[in-house]
Amino acid sequence: MTLSTLKTAACGLALVAAPLAVSAEDLLINGQVEINTEVQPAEHMKGIVPVVRSGWTFRSPETQVLQMDDFDNPGMIFVDQGMSLWQTGDGATGESCADCHGDMAESMEGVRASMPKMNPEGTDLWTLEENINNCRTERMEAEDWAWESSEMLAMTAAIGKQSRGMPVDVEIDGPAREWWERGEELYYQRVGQLDMACANCHEDNYDNMIRADHLSQGQINGFPVYRLKWGGLGSIHRRFKGCMKNIRAEPYTRGSDEFKALELYVASRGAGLDVETPSVRN
Amino acid sequence: MADNVTPRVRVPRDAAAGDTITIKTLISHPMESGQRKDSDGNTIPQSIINRFTCEFNGESVVEMILEPAISTNPFIEFQATVPESGTFAFTWYDDDGSVYEESKDIAVS
Repeated sequence: MTLSTLKTAACGLALVAAPLAVSAEDLLINGQVEINTEVQPAEHMKGIVPVVRSGWTFRSPETQVLQMDDFDNPGMIFVDQGMSLWQTGDGATGESCADCHGDMAESMEGVRASMPKMNPEGTDLWTLEENINNCRTERMEAEDWAWESSEMLAMTAAIGKQSRGMPVDVEIDGPAREWWERGEELYYQRVGQLDMACANCHEDNYDNMIRADHLSQGQINGFPVYRLKWGGLGSIHRRFKGCMKNIRAEPYTRGSDEFKALELYVASRGAGLDVETPSVRN
Repeated sequence: MADNVTPRVRVPRDAAAGDTITIKTLISHPMESGQRKDSDGNTIPQSIINRFTCEFNGESVVEMILEPAISTNPFIEFQATVPESGTFAFTWYDDDGSVYEESKDIAVS
């Protein structure tokens, strides 16, 4: 190899490296919204992981930059769709979300960060999806949306975005305690032909490679997430199903009590991480 | 007929004369290729954005023809040199005859 080709190669490397110079700690969106991607573990997580890390810190620089600018973030298209659905009347009453809740930026601020939580009667644990469907069937007298429908994903993404930059803070005491304990049990329960629990990958082996994939801590602070693999948004329960298939287990269904309990427990494992909705992952 | 078509554009608010600026555009559109079939085996008719233009103070900056192989939500990024303050006008032409327009002002010092 001649000197000139060496030089060219070095130049090429420098060019590639410059725009992707992202350090794992700082996620700044649009140069304005600062997101904490590494936080100290909450009380119930002490001794389990030394630092709670967002899935963003495990991704490649190319994927990380997609989330740093709302224009590049492909999930923002669905947020826009959710915003227009918010204004659209539906059902027998013909009312829209905005008729009761007004401006989404005010009324839905912080909602994602506290989900899932007990319903007003304290009888059931409700995810964001169930809260939306309750409004649709009870107040708007409209048909409920399927869990993974494009409308539901757009709406959860739009509502979730109003909490972006706010730390995850789910209620795990009181009536929710029972659900949380069930979720913890499921997290450590080995299942499927590969006989693995959530914890085997996301607690014992995060930061290691599982074949070509860099294992994260399995945090859910960025959901619904835009996955490049899916080419669209996906819910938390879709991700849970995918994990269960990977370990050759029979997945629970979306909206099942098992997944709701697991969602609460996994959310609590990421307590303190900022909401990143809609995040971008591989 | 495409629903929920929303154009989005990013142009820097200001620049120095002669600067090369980067312009990003995105339009949400299904870009139905005309090659797919629905569950009954009928061909889904083609419905795409077939042309995109960008003009600066009436002068053409970029004009492109889009083909059916281009993915959903076409993202177009290009660079332009700005000699003076003015307005960038963006236009997308849909197969169904709809025209979507967006414009952005830039202040050049």
